[in-house]
Formats: sequence, C-alpha cells, structure tokens
Amino acid sequence: MSQETDVKTLVIDEQEVSARAGQTILEVARENDINIPTLCHLEGLGDVGACRLCLVEIKGSNKLLPACVATVQEGMEVSTNTERLQKHRRTILELLFAERNHVCSVCVSNGHCELQTLGQEQGLTHVRLPYRNPDLFVDASHERFTLDHNRCILCTRCVRVCSEIEGAHIWDVMGRGTNSLIISDLHQEWGTSACTRCGKCVQVCPTGALFDKSKIGSDHPKYPEFLPYLNLMREAQ
Amino acid sequence: MTIEELEQIAKNVQQENAKYDFEVNVCMDLACASQGAGALKDALEKAAEAAGKKVLVRRTGCMGPCSHGPLVRVDPEATLYHHVKAENAPSIVYGLGGSPVPELQCDLNDHFDKQVRVVLENAGLIDPEKVDDYIAHDGYKALLTVLTEMTPNGVVHRITESGLRGRGGGGYPTGLKWGTVAKAKGDVKYVVCNGDEGDPGAFMDRSVMEGDPHRVIEGMAIAAYAVGASKGFIYVRAEYPVAVSRLTTALREARRHGLLGNNICNTPFNFDVEIRLGAGAFVCGEETALIASIEGKRGTPKPRPPYPASSGLWGKPTLINNVETYANIAPIVRNGGKWFHDMGSERSKGTKVFALTGKIANTGLVEVPMGIKLREIIEDIGGGVPGGHKFKAVQTGGPSGGCIPEEMLDVGVSYDALVKMGSIMGSGGMIVMDDTSCMVNVARFFIEFCMTESCGKCIPCRAGTAQMFTLLTRICNGTGTIDDLALLEDLCVTVKETSLCGLGQTAPNPVLSTLKYFRNEYIEHILDKHCRAGVCQMAAVESKNEVMA
Repeated sequence: MSQETDVKTLVIDEQEVSARAGQTILEVARENDINIPTLCHLEGLGDVGACRLCLVEIKGSNKLLPACVATVQEGMEVSTNTERLQKHRRTILELLFAERNHVCSVCVSNGHCELQTLGQEQGLTHVRLPYRNPDLFVDASHERFTLDHNRCILCTRCVRVCSEIEGAHIWDVMGRGTNSLIISDLHQEWGTSACTRCGKCVQVCPTGALFDKSKIGSDHPKYPEFLPYLNLMREAQ
Repeated sequence: MTIEELEQIAKNVQQENAKYDFEVNVCMDLACASQGAGALKDALEKAAEAAGKKVLVRRTGCMGPCSHGPLVRVDPEATLYHHVKAENAPSIVYGLGGSPVPELQCDLNDHFDKQVRVVLENAGLIDPEKVDDYIAHDGYKALLTVLTEMTPNGVVHRITESGLRGRGGGGYPTGLKWGTVAKAKGDVKYVVCNGDEGDPGAFMDRSVMEGDPHRVIEGMAIAAYAVGASKGFIYVRAEYPVAVSRLTTALREARRHGLLGNNICNTPFNFDVEIRLGAGAFVCGEETALIASIEGKRGTPKPRPPYPASSGLWGKPTLINNVETYANIAPIVRNGGKWFHDMGSERSKGTKVFALTGKIANTGLVEVPMGIKLREIIEDIGGGVPGGHKFKAVQTGGPSGGCIPEEMLDVGVSYDALVKMGSIMGSGGMIVMDDTSCMVNVARFFIEFCMTESCGKCIPCRAGTAQMFTLLTRICNGTGTIDDLALLEDLCVTVKETSLCGLGQTAPNPVLSTLKYFRNEYIEHILDKHCRAGVCQMAAVESKNEVMA
C-alpha cells in the first residue's frame, strides 16, 4: 500500500489536519494540540469508550462519537467544543460527583485529581443533582495500598492495567448499574488476593480511590506517564 | 434428507392423522398450562378413549388469546372453546361431530379476522416437540430448496427483495445485514439468534421458540447458507426453561433427520447450532453485549463500529438477528420476496407479532399486517378496555418505547410512524393503560427498570437513570418541584444523546413521551399534590413552603 492512500485529511475545530488511516480522532486532535477531555482513556491502555466525556460532533450527523475509539475518515468535520458538548460534559461530571461520596477537602488526591481538574476545566461551579450518598466501604487490607470505593468512578483503568499490562487480572467489576463495584479476585479482601503488589493500578487511578498508604494528606501525585514508556520498552525488546 | 424424503414424512403424517375422525388441539403455552391445560389434555385423552371415538389429542403452542385460556380447538369444525377445565373434557368429547358445548364456545371472530399469520402460521396447529408435524406443514422445505436450487447470493437477494426489517427493535433492513456479512472477509463466520427477550410485558419470542422451534432453526440454517457460516448460536434467557427444552429437543430431532450437521441434503453445506443461556440481564439483548456474553465475558456493550457484521463473536464476522426475524425467513423463501413485500405499509413490510397486555379484554399474542391502525389492534382485535374504564395510552416497545395517547391511535403501525410519535416498534410489547394508570408512575416504573438493568459501564446511563428515578420518585410522592421537572428534562437529553448503547439511548423515551402527551399530570403532581388516577401516595406535607425549602 502506498503512503499516499494511507493519509486522511480532515477538519477539527476549523483546523485542517492530516492523519494516518486507522488513527482515532483523539490521537489526531492531541497531535495537533487540540484538547478533548477524557477520563476513562489513558495512553497505553485499551479503550472502552465508557466515560462519554470525549464525545465530539461530526458535521452532517446528529450522533455524537467518542473520540477515543472513533477512527478518522476522509473529509470529516469534527467539532470538539460546542455548547451542546460542553453542556453534556458538565452534566456527566455532575452525575459523577453526585453518584458516590466525593469530598475533595479530605481526599488524598485533592489538587491532583483528574475528576476535580475536569470539573474546574469544564466550568462546573455547582451540582444541581441530589447527592446519592451511598453506603460504601474502604478496603485497607492490603499492606501497601488502600481502595476507597467512595471515590471510585468505575473508569476501569485499574481493571485494564492489571489485565493488559501486569497480566495478573486481579481486578474486575461486580454487579450492575449504580451497584457496580470494583472487586479483587472473587470479591475478597485486596490483601488476600493474588495481587502482585506492582502498584500500577494506583498510579493509573484518576481519583483518590486507589492510594498509597505511605503518603499522608493530599501529598499524593500520580504518574500514569510510565505506561506508554513501559509499552515502548516492551515493544523494543 | 432429500426433498422426496421430506415429502414422504409429510405424507406419512397426513395418513396417520387421517386415521382419526377428530383433532382436539390443546394450547399448552405457559398461560394455558398454568391454568391446568396439562390435566385437561389427559382428561380429554381419557374421555375420548371412554367414548370410543377416534380422537387425536394434540398439545400445541400458543393459540393467541391468552386471557381466554385454557384454550381448546376442535378440528375439522374449528370450534374454539375457552376457559376449559379438566371436568369439561367428557362434554367436549361428547359434543364432537355435531353438538358443540355452547357455554364453553367463544366467539373471537373480530379477534382473528384482522390478523394475518406468517410467523404464527403453525401456532395451535403443530406439536412443538414433533419435527414430523412441522415437516407436514411445509417445514424445512425452504431450507432444502435453498440448498439445492439457490445460490447464497440469490437468498440474500430474495430477503432484500422482501423488504424484511429486523424484528428485534432497531428495524435494520435484514437483506442489507445479510449482504454485509456475506461480503465480509473471513473463513469462519457465525450466525446468532437473539432470544434474550427482556421487555416487561413482551413474550412473542418465547411463544415462537416454545410453539414452533424448528421454524427458528430453519431460518438460521438458511441464513448460515446465505452468509457462509457453519456454526450458529441461539442465545436464550435461562428464565425461559420451556423454550430451552423445546429448542434442545428440536435441535436433536433436526440432527437425527440430517437437517443439521455435515453435508445437509447431500450438499457440501455444514451447519449446527448451540444453545447459550443468558443469565437474565436485559442489556444482553444489545448485540455487542450479547456477543460478550456468548464468549463467556461480562455482558457489557462495546462502542460500534466495528459492527458485528465485520467483527463479532471472537472477532469473526457475525450475523445477529432476532427470533421473529428468523421465523419470517422460511415463508419468505417459500412464497417469494414479492409476496412478503405486498403486505404491510410503505417502508415497513410484512406482519408483526405483538404481545397485547395490560387493561385490555383479549390479552395475548396477535399478528397483524404492518400499517394497521393502533385503534384496530386495541379495539377490534384486543376487544377494547374492559370494566367501563376509559382508554388512556398504549405503551409500545418496552422500556425503550413511549406512551401513545388516544388522539394518535389512528396512525398506522410502522417503524417510522412509531418513532415519529416518540415511541419505537421495539420487539413488540404493547401495554394498554386506562384511566386507573398514572402516567408519571408508569414513567417511573420504566426508568426503574432501566436503572436496575443498566450494566454500569457508561456514566450517563448508570448514574443518569438513577438520578431520573430519584427525581420521578419525588414527583410521584408529592415532594417534587418545578425545578426537579426542568432538571429531569435536562437529564433526559444528556442520557439519550451520550449513552454508549441502545439501552441508555432509549431509556428516557417513556419519560419524554409522557412529558410530551401527559405533561399536565406531572404538573398536577408537583403543584396540586394530586394524582388523578389515585395511584401515587402523596407524602404528608404541611405547607407548600416547606416543600420548597
């Protein structure tokens, strides 16, 4: 196949860009410094298209497409930041804040939480929805890490990193709907599971749901950037 | 098995049946069976023996008007008896051949006259566990004709020509889907039958699988030949144990007759079917979730594209159709695409089976040509709303559908017309409501269903339906405010437009349609703390101010 047929040209936010066939809209947008908010997406992990924050508008279609999995098409006109999208994004973030017990002031991730940052970026000033205040528990059985379900947003990054990168697959999802719960092994305490204690899940967790016991207060930045690097090194081998 | 052998079997069955003077068909579908149809059949057999008459007592699938069960039809007179009990058996047998029992006879001419039976053509005529009975009614003729006389392309062409659209809810043109899978590259392809019927109040697919299982298998085999697959899966919910056992029997019988397996009809075509049981998750009716479930994974949907037609089961091209769609295939092949195309309305061809339930005289299964007016289905076929109550709305399409008010009843039923009215065809549930139903409460019921059935993968559906349920509960118990209503409408739009799969995208439909046609009921609940149907229990509120606070 010649190089020429592989190139797609499209317009993102009135900017003409070119892309390789098979690239996602999100990849192309980020290459061109166009910001599309994401939450469940993480570079280095497989995409699930679940958080719906990266939805973009395509000219000529009423349907919104998730930029993280939708591939580029020749001549596509993409809008990433229309009023309609902003409104949806704010509502989705509101839904997340009201779903479980997110109290930033007492959270280990305060100041470097992806959910908090997105709320600020998207201009979320208050939550109109009633808080659901579910009765959830904290699993501190692991010697190094803690899982606080109150702060979990079910993005399944931990599930994916454990299965795809670490290969242990101790995390999974149990239950349905709002009762969904991240569980280790067959819903047993994290400390008694087959966990390899690699800590990758803690690093990729966007909120304070997974955190390191040795850190105090909000001194808990995370470094998910290791993932693409790790993948690169593995490929090179 | 060859066509000649098939005809020989049919002839044998007819000769066998000719030995009897009368045929007494007893409906043994779930509704009738639960009212003692099993004991009734035994009693009829005993009574016939005692009376010394040559009577063939046959167990059959659903005859249709379930509310009249247990049903018995006597042939050749075609007398229909309703509410038959075991103790009526002697009088029915006594009345054979001249004097029917007047107190048990039922006149449902209006009910049957407007129906056209394609999918249900064998309902009430054959024993679902006897493949010979099915063969005697032209069964497997279509499959063998296809294998010996038609090319796969020819089959796809015939289905396209018929204008058949998917009966599972979406209404995607079946011929187009088959063509896409047939063209997809890959040495291994699959056909899947979606029998994960989960809508509240819908039981068409169950009746077809229980009453005429071979029809589904034949449809799947024809589809497999057309798209080039050699393996099929039927995905049935485990809550349908009778359907599962009938399908298992049917598969065994079909294999025994060489209608499934290797070199069917001495052609190079191989095909077999496996049954997979669903664990009762509504979302597994969504095709990508269904695929995940068959693969043994957690049943959650995936973003499309890639569509299953190019990458489905284990990444192979997969054809997924609903039970009713497959049930339409054999008659289309037998009678030609044009025959099917001539039935129905402009863009919706053929017939549709509806499960008529709720506040209606004749609940049960009905099959009507597309384009028929809703009013005809409800008033003529359904017999109208009983008990002197007034009709209020009809809910179509299950939890993904909407409520249609009286003033829209003269619209012909088609995929597009229903969407225009804010509802959908869905799989064919039709719930009639009268003035004792509160529309806010109805909306709340369906949202509760979607909330508990949401898989939890995407945020708008998982958290959005839960919030909508909270707001609707507030409105129902009299603590809702006008702000809550505005918030509810806002959420409807976001959940509809941003959800990952069909479940979330259609979940707000019951709320949106009731808001559109019955908005004043919402307002009454909020401002007057009054439920006109008397369904909602208002919380004890002392003053309006306290509610606002």
